[in-house]
Amino acid sequence: MLAYAIRRIVATIPVVLIVALFVFSLLYIAPGDPAAIIAGDQATPADVERIRASLGLDRPFLVRFFDWLWSVVRGDLGTSIFTNLPVSHMIQQRIEPTLSLMVLTLTLSLSCAIPMGVIAAWKHGTWIDRAVMMTAVFGFSTPVFVIGYLLAYVFALRLDWFPVQGFTSISQGLFPFLRNLILPAVALGLVYMALIARITRATMLDVLSQDYVRTAKAKGVGQRGILFIHSLKNAAVPIVTIVGIGFAALIGGAVVTESVFAIPGLGRLTVDAILRRDYPVIQGVVLLFSCVYVLVNLGVDLLYTVFDPRIRY
Amino acid sequence: MRRRDFMRAAALGAATGAMAMPRLGHAADTKVLRFVPQANLANLDPIWTTQYVVRNGSLLIWDMLYGVNDKLEPQPQMVRSHDVSADFKTWTFTLRPGLKFHDGEPVRARDVVASINRWMARDATMGLPIKRRTDALEAVDDATFRFRLNQPYPKMLFALGKSSTPCLFIMPERIAATDPFKQISEYIGSGPMRFKKDEWVPGSMAAFERFAGYVPRDEKASWLSGGKRVNFDRVEWHILPDAATASAALQNNEVDWVETPSPDLVPLLRKSAGVMVDIADPLGNIGSLRVNHLHPPFNNVLARRALQIALSQEDYMRAVVGDDETLWKPVPGYFTPDTPLYTEAGGEPLKGKRDYDAAKKLLAEAGYKGEPVILMVATDVNITKAQGDVTADLLKRIGMNVQYEALDWGTVGQRRAKKDPPGQGGWNIFHTWHAGADCVNPAPYIALDASGDTAWFGWPKSDAVQAKIAAWYDAPDLAAEKTVIADLNRAAMEHVIYLQTGFFKGYQAWRNNLSGIVKAPFPVVWDVTKA
Repeated sequence: MLAYAIRRIVATIPVVLIVALFVFSLLYIAPGDPAAIIAGDQATPADVERIRASLGLDRPFLVRFFDWLWSVVRGDLGTSIFTNLPVSHMIQQRIEPTLSLMVLTLTLSLSCAIPMGVIAAWKHGTWIDRAVMMTAVFGFSTPVFVIGYLLAYVFALRLDWFPVQGFTSISQGLFPFLRNLILPAVALGLVYMALIARITRATMLDVLSQDYVRTAKAKGVGQRGILFIHSLKNAAVPIVTIVGIGFAALIGGAVVTESVFAIPGLGRLTVDAILRRDYPVIQGVVLLFSCVYVLVNLGVDLLYTVFDPRIRY
Repeated sequence: MRRRDFMRAAALGAATGAMAMPRLGHAADTKVLRFVPQANLANLDPIWTTQYVVRNGSLLIWDMLYGVNDKLEPQPQMVRSHDVSADFKTWTFTLRPGLKFHDGEPVRARDVVASINRWMARDATMGLPIKRRTDALEAVDDATFRFRLNQPYPKMLFALGKSSTPCLFIMPERIAATDPFKQISEYIGSGPMRFKKDEWVPGSMAAFERFAGYVPRDEKASWLSGGKRVNFDRVEWHILPDAATASAALQNNEVDWVETPSPDLVPLLRKSAGVMVDIADPLGNIGSLRVNHLHPPFNNVLARRALQIALSQEDYMRAVVGDDETLWKPVPGYFTPDTPLYTEAGGEPLKGKRDYDAAKKLLAEAGYKGEPVILMVATDVNITKAQGDVTADLLKRIGMNVQYEALDWGTVGQRRAKKDPPGQGGWNIFHTWHAGADCVNPAPYIALDASGDTAWFGWPKSDAVQAKIAAWYDAPDLAAEKTVIADLNRAAMEHVIYLQTGFFKGYQAWRNNLSGIVKAPFPVVWDVTKA
């Protein structure tokens, strides 16, 4: 298993390189010009040209790419064109909010979605099943920003239980940390919860009709034992797969959620960088995201072996 | 206790506990001002970039030699006195005593000279013209510096105190020596607030703390002039790009002051307890439809005039600011309404009923035969998007073959610099707007420059306009200036340098425990207090 994990990690290097080249090329051919944005409306075309030259944006594509790649190899993601701060420092500033949001979202979603899916399958065809599925449809079909604004209106503006916006580091206390993150996590988690609840239900329905479940029932195993010990573990592989795939959706959703709740995370950093054409920041963040995706996929593959002993690498 | 009883009790407790949750008190430290700026503060070099948000942040950190008051008159700020020779060629300035940088070093004349040199290299509207007329700029001693010009420049004080970007901020010599086309990395200021670089999270928060070594002037503050007394130990800029979030945060007392609330949300804010709303900048903005003078059809003045007689400023303004009629008015002239040089001379084409038939006739006379007209619209900026939509409709109404290109501002910013024909990557029309503070006279008004190749995007060329601009620089008094400006406005309208889509203002909103908020083209923090 360890050898497999190492092989997979080593295999990420060409993947990340290809992603880096792809992103760099995309940014190179995409229209837009950070020099024009820096210069502002009052600047002359000649000023814009001089700024472009001072940023090195007039150099040939390959020179710029290999310069950047060499810096990355040495652990330097470059310097933001706009803030003059190291990209690694900017990413470091933003990791905690995004990571916190994702962990809390995952925790909330999984802790609600799996019981919902299991119960819906157990009570298949009843009003409970329909209620769970209706909730799932609602979660799927309502955009994150709508849920976000609704939650902020009710729980922040009307009831004043939570703040409208912002982020407090966990180092400043668990209560203020959670107070800032609950609403965004619920807003973001609803879609994710809907997705996992549906998959859990479908998989559980399949598992519950298996012979060994009938045998367990015949042997007098209790309902809870059948659902959570015999069935859920066997339904876990597709669920874990969806959790992994959903991670991508979570990063995309985090961009919107971070904007609505003004959380200074990586999503907002990415959007700001794209709008301004802050190339080093875009490249740094995309590189980070691609590494995270690869690692999440690796984690999912390794989890398969935990839930299904027949799977071996 | 049975499991079921326990669950019931726990649920009841959670429910009642939640309902009884205290309303969370919001920190309302009277010594901290929580401000939401118009945009993200992505950097802090007010010479390297001309973005207004950077200028506004820089106003806290750096002081200026002169500052304009609410009558747009330059008043001495870091300067104690000045002396000018009879021929307006030699200007000698003396700094006031006690000026200090944030690192404790005194402000010396050589710091000022270095700062002026960096500013002159980047300010195309006033700095470069002064540079071209300068034989020598020298530090006479620690407190005195002198300009020796080869040609008079009567608007010197206005230039040194101009509020439009780039402003002349005074930095330490070693920082001001940075190439003006490269960004500074040290923010050692000379103004009332010190920048907390260690707390800066671009895109989220910037903090400033009061600089104890700053000595304000004795006079009452007025815009950028007078005693800049900051009543806060700390000013926090919270970057909230989403307008709805910013408004909700203000309603919820999480921030104190929002610089530019969305006009859509202003009615809601007006109804909110504890929130005040008023006009932000009395000088407002002038909407702009910028045409490319280099290529057909708008290289022909008849085609430009066709747009002029068909364009309805009311349509544009309702699209930009909605139906709040206190926010906009027509502007049949190029200069900022309600300022001394405002004139409507030659503005008739923009007045009265809009005439599409006459516009079509003019287009035919201009030789227009249905060629595509490329309209670049920055759809990520509300003001340009709204203007672009109205223009697309207008062009169709007068029979033009409009090619609407939905882009983002970054792309428009790049592409508008291309002089190629529209079919080869160039363009015919784009929209922007000009701050009223930049349109009060020709000096900061880069959009009115009609020097052709070196003019602003669109590259209009009119010798008549240029002659009038030059004449304004030499006008000895306000009466003479007004005469010249009337002629200039007429010439610019005839040549159609660009098309004004209307004059509009924006709101600002703040918690009612703040007092001392003034209307200005920039947020004025001094004299604001929080109860």
